[in-house]
Amino acid sequence: MTGAQLPVRLSINGLVVEAAAEATLLQAIRSAGLQVPTLCHLDGLTPVGACRLCLVVIEGHPKLEPACVTAVADGMVVHTHTPELDTYRRMAVELFFAEGNHVCAVCVANGACELQAVAVEVGMDHSRFPYQYPRREVDASHPLFSLDHHRCILCTRCVRVCDEIEAAHVWDVGYRGSSCSIIAGLDQPWGEVAACTNCGKCVDVCPTGALFRKEDGSGEKQPHPERAQQLVEARTEHHWHNQ
Amino acid sequence: MGVSWRCCDATACRAAGGAALRQRLEAEMGADRVKPVGCLRLCGMGPLAAADYADGSTELVGGVAGERRLDLAHPFFILQRSVVLERCGLVNPNSIEDAIAQGAYAVLDRCRQLAPQAVIEQVERSGLRGRGGAGYPTGRKWQLVAAQASPTRAVVCNADEGDPGAFMDRAVLEGDPHRLLEGMAIAAHAVGAAEAFIYVRAEYALAIERLRTAIGAAEARGVLAGLPIQLRIGAGAYVCGEETALLHSIEGGRGTPRPRPPYPAVSGLWGLPTLINNVETFAAVPAILREGGDWYAAMGTATSKGTKVFALSGAIPHTGLIEVEMGTSLRTIVEAMGQSPPGQVKAVQTGGPSGGCVPAALLDTPVDYESLQSLGSIMGSGGMVVIDGAMAMPELARYFMRFCVDESCGKCLPCRAGTVQLAQLLDRFVERRATAADLVQLEQLCGMVKATSLCGLGQSAPNPVLSTLRFFRAEYEAAIAGPIAAPIAAPIAP
Repeated sequence: MTGAQLPVRLSINGLVVEAAAEATLLQAIRSAGLQVPTLCHLDGLTPVGACRLCLVVIEGHPKLEPACVTAVADGMVVHTHTPELDTYRRMAVELFFAEGNHVCAVCVANGACELQAVAVEVGMDHSRFPYQYPRREVDASHPLFSLDHHRCILCTRCVRVCDEIEAAHVWDVGYRGSSCSIIAGLDQPWGEVAACTNCGKCVDVCPTGALFRKEDGSGEKQPHPERAQQLVEARTEHHWHNQ
Repeated sequence: MGVSWRCCDATACRAAGGAALRQRLEAEMGADRVKPVGCLRLCGMGPLAAADYADGSTELVGGVAGERRLDLAHPFFILQRSVVLERCGLVNPNSIEDAIAQGAYAVLDRCRQLAPQAVIEQVERSGLRGRGGAGYPTGRKWQLVAAQASPTRAVVCNADEGDPGAFMDRAVLEGDPHRLLEGMAIAAHAVGAAEAFIYVRAEYALAIERLRTAIGAAEARGVLAGLPIQLRIGAGAYVCGEETALLHSIEGGRGTPRPRPPYPAVSGLWGLPTLINNVETFAAVPAILREGGDWYAAMGTATSKGTKVFALSGAIPHTGLIEVEMGTSLRTIVEAMGQSPPGQVKAVQTGGPSGGCVPAALLDTPVDYESLQSLGSIMGSGGMVVIDGAMAMPELARYFMRFCVDESCGKCLPCRAGTVQLAQLLDRFVERRATAADLVQLEQLCGMVKATSLCGLGQSAPNPVLSTLRFFRAEYEAAIAGPIAAPIAAPIAP
């Protein structure tokens, strides 16, 4: 077996950063105290590279690369904020707001919403793209939780946490394109899905107000996205955060 | 009277009434003198049948009553160079005996005597590039897969051809399925694969039937030397032509792409190093190994070697299937072969929803990967749609954008939400109610979707817009309703 590989050195925004050889670019960026916005990424879950907010410029690469799934390499020269990236990120956030029905004032996650935070981060105060006002459903069939599809951004964190950590695989993605939606079981009401253990991990990791506890009113949701990583560490390193 | 007939029994001629033509000929000549074959090329004049006379001459007729005598000395036929299609139209696709009599599997037998590296070397020498559209050097891909440290590997054929106006692979599958099986078996020997899959779209019912027959016959005769070739039928998603989505689909998952790396050559089907090539790529392999890589490389241009099959359609008298040397000019294809009168063509659309429009003024462009790319279009898989003056370019762009809206898998945001906004912006240009700000937004959003989408579908979805903006910008500008728009009512006469 090969031992631990030597750390690599790369340049991020002109800063020389040392990172473990097996680290992702996103880990290297964050460990250097720098910031790129993310929505689908969550520490503890398999990255999917779907929201495209963490795209960065890597010198010598013909395309922009998602930091969450790109491995670091020695000598890599990375830029996380260029005028081009800033423009694209703002447009991406506008597209997110325009494709769903995001009304912060009446949302359970107001003030604790990652989509809202990213909008502030990229300076988006309104969408220049027409709002689509899609007709979507609210699934309140579960005794403890609800899923409001209007607020869903299809990050698939709920799908992954339920499959990878809870191993119940209640959630999946149904349909195609702009008709995509998160589905429970075989596209059933959530409350009818016997596989659901009522653990609430999907609610904890949801970046918006799409998944919430029934007792939460406007602005009352308290998400716990850190729990995915804590559970992974507890299992793999036997390190418990409550001890 | 030593005449025998070959009757096209492929999809286009079937749709045009090929069965009636064949029944007539069988009644007249006797069934043993009439053989069903694959595509006879000039689909638009179908149903087609070819008569072979004892003196070696051949005649081609079209129409249910055989009423149209077609000129085989026309440039449409004589400018073709059949390599991939060398047996298509000559061989009975349902008969392995006929295929073997015409040379099928002989090259595979010879390749098995060669070291895998020697086979790969010939493919590298041939300069063959992926015919699915991206044009990655085939030999290099084979080399990569063979070099992976793994006890076994997989070979996958991408037969999910789905571009509007593309039917090259269908012709190979329907007309000469044993050529594909032979090409795949050669590839499996070269890269050390123990299993093979063909992923075909469900819409290709006849192709699936022919492949089933061919695989069954090839296994029964043992010509594949134990290589199991399994058929996988798509479920209607265009994006499954993207290699990582295709692999997910074969594995039984949802057909969505994933970021690369890792490339399938390193980690593909169930994590195995996987060689994925398109139908036409595999179908070129038997001829390359028979004649040698140098023979193939002698055809074409410096960077695009060999021949390419195109599906010629649209506003043009001669529509059908052509195989020409790479580097043939669009003018030769459209005006000489397609017989389009000079001055009638507005543009040629290549590459489907990922491609663009080459305007009439640039018809002398040679058809090769780099030339088309420099014009903002792509070679693509081989769809070539001729556009005349009746088609407004914003409308053409919207057609392709709506196609992408329908076919987006929904995984990444720019493709899922961006194409919807782009299609709505294009509505404003088609309906002539756009503003100058819409044009700015259209170009910006095209740039964003192209640069940030996860897979090739989204990254190339803006191409039809960008290419028509480049060459037909005036049509977009004319759709902008300015402050001094034409008066709504006619002025009153003095």
